[in-house]
Amino acid sequence: MSEHGLGVLLDWGTGLTNRAECLPCPRRLAARIASNDQATSLPMPIVCAERLSKTYRVSQKQPGLGGTLRHFFWRRSRLVEAVREISFSIEPGEMVGFLGANGAGKTTTLKMLSGLVYPSGGNLLVAGHSPQRRQASFLRNITLVMGQKQQLIWDLPPLDSFRVNAAVYGLDERETKRRINELAEMLELGEELTRPVRKLSLGERMKAELLAALLHRPSLLFLDEPTLGLDVNAQARVRTFLADYNRRHGATVLLTSHYMADITALCPRVLLIHQGGLFYDGSLETLTQRLSPCRLVRLELKTPLPASAFSSYGQVEAIDGREVKLLIARDQLTGVVARLLGNLEVLDLEVADPPIEDVIGQLFQRGVVQ
Amino acid sequence: MGRYLLTLRRFWATALAGQLEYQLNLLIDLLAMAGNLAGSLFVISLFYGPGRSLGGWSWEAALVVLGVYTVLDGVCSSFLRPNLSTIATHVQQGTLDFILLKPIDSQFWLSFRTFSPAGLPEIGTGLGLILWAAAKVGASPSPTGFLTAALMLASSLVILYSLWFGLATTSIWFVKTWNATEVLRAALTAGRYPISAYPLRLRSLLTVVLPVAFLTTVPAEAILGRISVNTGAASLLMATVTLMLCRGFWRYALRFYTSASS
Repeated sequence: MSEHGLGVLLDWGTGLTNRAECLPCPRRLAARIASNDQATSLPMPIVCAERLSKTYRVSQKQPGLGGTLRHFFWRRSRLVEAVREISFSIEPGEMVGFLGANGAGKTTTLKMLSGLVYPSGGNLLVAGHSPQRRQASFLRNITLVMGQKQQLIWDLPPLDSFRVNAAVYGLDERETKRRINELAEMLELGEELTRPVRKLSLGERMKAELLAALLHRPSLLFLDEPTLGLDVNAQARVRTFLADYNRRHGATVLLTSHYMADITALCPRVLLIHQGGLFYDGSLETLTQRLSPCRLVRLELKTPLPASAFSSYGQVEAIDGREVKLLIARDQLTGVVARLLGNLEVLDLEVADPPIEDVIGQLFQRGVVQ
Repeated sequence: MGRYLLTLRRFWATALAGQLEYQLNLLIDLLAMAGNLAGSLFVISLFYGPGRSLGGWSWEAALVVLGVYTVLDGVCSSFLRPNLSTIATHVQQGTLDFILLKPIDSQFWLSFRTFSPAGLPEIGTGLGLILWAAAKVGASPSPTGFLTAALMLASSLVILYSLWFGLATTSIWFVKTWNATEVLRAALTAGRYPISAYPLRLRSLLTVVLPVAFLTTVPAEAILGRISVNTGAASLLMATVTLMLCRGFWRYALRFYTSASS
């Protein structure tokens, strides 16, 4: 337990935060934009956040009638640090996943990056703009999709909402039709586009939401839980679409999701946010390896054995009749597998990483407890 | 500008299409409007009656005030209420996020996104009432008089809109502010009658604090050709100042928007 404890993660966090601090800060970037400096051949980050913070004032209320009355007359509030001095930068075309428990600060970060929420501190430059100014040239380049909220007109077919968006973004009739056809094909949407939104299934609605959000062909996508509540097939279709869109248009995608499958399928890089701070910034693979120094070995035996029979090999994760799951340290894996095959009657053996959900779930639990 | 006009057309086309999905609801809306107007005429006939006067206004002249009030009420039903009452809902549910991230003025979106046809007959009736009553009084406006009347009516609309939008803006901090807009609507009801019909102290209150006088009485005076230059200028000034304040207030408020949690 202690070897994948919070301390190790904090060390990583510090190391990786240093990596982010090496990148050009927004001021330097802004100066580069202003002077039209072509000297450096390095690609300009599309997102550059430096010591970004957000503090909210949240009112507090005790339960019951007394609490309600006190809350009405003497409102008490406290400051909550939703995001604490996080620094990172994102290159154009990257697909980055924001990981974190509920209330960790990932949605607040996403909202600051999209310009919805004013940061309380730090520097931020997104697509060459200060997002909170919400300039039209910035807004034309970005989009926001939220799994829990919808922008489509409830009583009308999605096509009507698309026409409104087309007018807002100044797209002409022919171009609008072309883009709708292209996106509808990618999303496998057909007659659903002429059915009132209220008559669509959740999966169809989310696909139509994506079409509405991408009609103006943004280069930066903020996706907050885009597959929330969808069934497995619909989730997979949305994922395939996002990967396809990223490939076709070179768009940058910033994604938060509670479904690890979204992150594993789409995001080679993850930012792990915990209690407002940046815990980890790097590849998902490295994160899995560091968080879980063990590998999962699944065995199918000829005859069932008690748990005690496996104590010399590794930690028993589960036993179900003839099927056994063992956690074995990575550096001992080869030797232990050889011993298992030599000493026991093994019908089948499979080695895998433990599910990332479990690994990150354990991390959050440990973090909160400590 | 062309983009805004096209957007407005699509806004209203979808609003109309959305309401036509529910035929019965629209019919009930129209019936309620007719009932409301009949009640309003009945009440004013009890107060005034032909030959009587109140605050120096004859029955027919007072009908011009009622006509202006009816037009404003129709504008409220058709444009202001359907749009501005949703601001608090957008804040509460976090859907304001979508509007703020569109490359279009958010105040324009929130003010004109939808309209309800239920108020249109009321606007038509109000205009008819104004014309009929003005003719009865014997007012025959010159082109300048007509222009002044139109300007004063526009000015009253701007004042009403700005006050309403300003109140709705407070929902950025307090989320639910429907009660405040109810107070505004109640104040507008006071504009059914000429301002001089009220006691002096209340008259000052209804002119300076709640500019009800500028909403109905001043446009009616302009229609009847009784308006002074000072009053006209004051109305225009009031409209300009309230509109600028409401716009500045909205921009200021957005700095404090924290968006609903997900």
